[in-house]
Amino acid sequence: MSEIVAASVSILFHGLAFAMVLYLVSVGLSVTMGLMGFVNLAHGVFAALGGYIATSLMTQMGVGFAPAVAAGVVTAMVVSVPLERLLYRRLYGADELAQVLLTVGLVFMSVAAGKFLWGPLAQPFHPPAALSGQIELGTREFPTYRSFLIVAGAVLVTALWLGLERTRFGAQIRAAVDNRRMAQSVGINTSGLFTAAFALGSGLAALGGALGAEILAIEPAYALEHLIYFLIVVSVGGLGSIRGPFFAALLLGVADTGFKYLLPEFGAFFIYALTLVVLLWRPRGLFGYA
Amino acid sequence: MRKMEIIAPALAGAALAGLAAAPASAQTVKIGVIGTFSGPTEQQGEMLERGLQLYYKTHQNDLPKGVKIQLIERDDTGANPEVAKRLAQELVTRDHVQLLTGFVWSPNFMSVAPVATQGKIPAISLNAAATKAVQMSPYMVRVSFTLPQQAYPLGTWAAKKGYKRAYTAVSDYAPGHEAEEAFSKAFKAAGGQVIGQLVFPAPPTTPDFAPFLQKIKDAKPDLVYIFVPAGGQATAVMKTSVDLDYKGSNIALISTQDLVPDEEIANMGDAIIGLITAGTYTSDSPRPANKAFVAAWDKEYPGSKLRPDFESADAYSGMKMIFEFVSKTHGKFTGDEAMDFFKHWKDPDSPRGPIMVDPNTRDILQNVYMRRMEKQNGKAVDVEFETIGMVNSLGQVVSSK
Repeated sequence: MSEIVAASVSILFHGLAFAMVLYLVSVGLSVTMGLMGFVNLAHGVFAALGGYIATSLMTQMGVGFAPAVAAGVVTAMVVSVPLERLLYRRLYGADELAQVLLTVGLVFMSVAAGKFLWGPLAQPFHPPAALSGQIELGTREFPTYRSFLIVAGAVLVTALWLGLERTRFGAQIRAAVDNRRMAQSVGINTSGLFTAAFALGSGLAALGGALGAEILAIEPAYALEHLIYFLIVVSVGGLGSIRGPFFAALLLGVADTGFKYLLPEFGAFFIYALTLVVLLWRPRGLFGYA
Repeated sequence: MRKMEIIAPALAGAALAGLAAAPASAQTVKIGVIGTFSGPTEQQGEMLERGLQLYYKTHQNDLPKGVKIQLIERDDTGANPEVAKRLAQELVTRDHVQLLTGFVWSPNFMSVAPVATQGKIPAISLNAAATKAVQMSPYMVRVSFTLPQQAYPLGTWAAKKGYKRAYTAVSDYAPGHEAEEAFSKAFKAAGGQVIGQLVFPAPPTTPDFAPFLQKIKDAKPDLVYIFVPAGGQATAVMKTSVDLDYKGSNIALISTQDLVPDEEIANMGDAIIGLITAGTYTSDSPRPANKAFVAAWDKEYPGSKLRPDFESADAYSGMKMIFEFVSKTHGKFTGDEAMDFFKHWKDPDSPRGPIMVDPNTRDILQNVYMRRMEKQNGKAVDVEFETIGMVNSLGQVVSSK
């Protein structure tokens, strides 16, 4: 009996940490896909960028953990603005295939750029001493950094939800997601809103990429390799929703970890089976409206 | 005007004479290299390619006059046997290569067996390690290593050292399974007990090994034998074992050399100090032939963060074998003559120490060393502290050294 409890605790813990990383990276994608109706397969590129900047600053210039992560987030946000204004904007409302081709092209470019700038090896990520090692909670020991991820993730998620529920900006986004034309007619500057939302989503992705570098290693093919996970989180969660991807990430994170723990040979297969089942039951995702 | 009437035909005559004279002594041997130059496993391909190119570039003058080797390289993009087979077919039928080599991945090496047999084109593995691969065609030979070669002696060594409860965790493909079988067999034969086994999906779906290593930790073994293909996964495993505090829980990790590829060691930090592995090559070996090899590497790739690893050393030796044969035959040979040479090839002074091909299996026979990671002058250094002896591809010690 105690073995089952121990196993469940292990699965929940690691699953939760993984879920937090997935959520942070994917929530921006849900907003852009729901808000702009734009299939942005290059979303993972911002996560990778955040990770690359943060790890490079930490390893090569000895910058502290918090400033390095912040720098990664700011860089991604700054890069996202011209990208949105000059490239993405042209294909709003365009045929989805065109959007896919554009963003997949961006992904390939990012893979080559990553390799060229930082080499083919995964970037070393050494969390600060304060967040390394083990932490004792009750009778068990847990890796400190992953515990930090869970806590940081919970805090950020709450801040995000509050931000979107309680601020005007959040209300504008929700309005534009619900009905863009109506939102425009009541005077909401949707085009400026899109840029801002895109920057926010990219910044969050960068945060997820930088914090999650321990779980999802930063390497050139990052955006391509983990794309499927981000897409599953967003489609199971529901496009345009903020809450949906959270529950989807939880489901995905815990289930993936659980299957790996209990049935390692079939680990990957069950996630896809689970996704299939959920989407058959709720084609719009758990909380989708788009 | 008149001068031109004399000069032009004279020039033409000289040119024709020159053209007629040239082919008689020139011989270009075309060699197909099926490597991995893109995709998530590109790093391993890069290590092999560098070793191969290093020998190729620095020994051009060793070839007899008029004999050239032309490398025709193709990208299999990873462990994709269908792609590798197609590339091999094209290299043989369209490019008319006389030899096929490269092969980072065992599935790819195995897939070209029919091409090698039908075309009578020798296929030389510079890395692909699955034991049964070379048996699939009489035209296949290997200069790298096999997993049982290292895992079997390791199992015996570990049990003799006093470890009693082992857990094995390997990647789900041929070398992984061979490694697990060999280790478990040897460990059990020497009195140990294998309390559990686990298989990592390959290719890995996410690089997070935490759930697997947590499960192993929960089972409380005293020793864990892990095999993952060399490269980024090795670092991920080491870091996760530190995250989960294996040392604090008295769980020792042990592996074959794939867990400590030289180019990744700098990334692993102190997690790796004290780790014991069985292997055939480390760039830290003080052997003179290795020092020369590493010096040549540093000269060819100055400032490179990538240290040469076993893939590089194996590719280097493989190229040497090819060069020696091409020099001997001046580039004119049949597939059967090539196989005859390769089967009996040996190099008593390679960067790995003495190596030779076993004529009965066409597989490699070489020294296996027990190594420990130590910290010297602030750097992690792999120290060979024991030589097990010449071991064959099945893991049997053939002679002690």
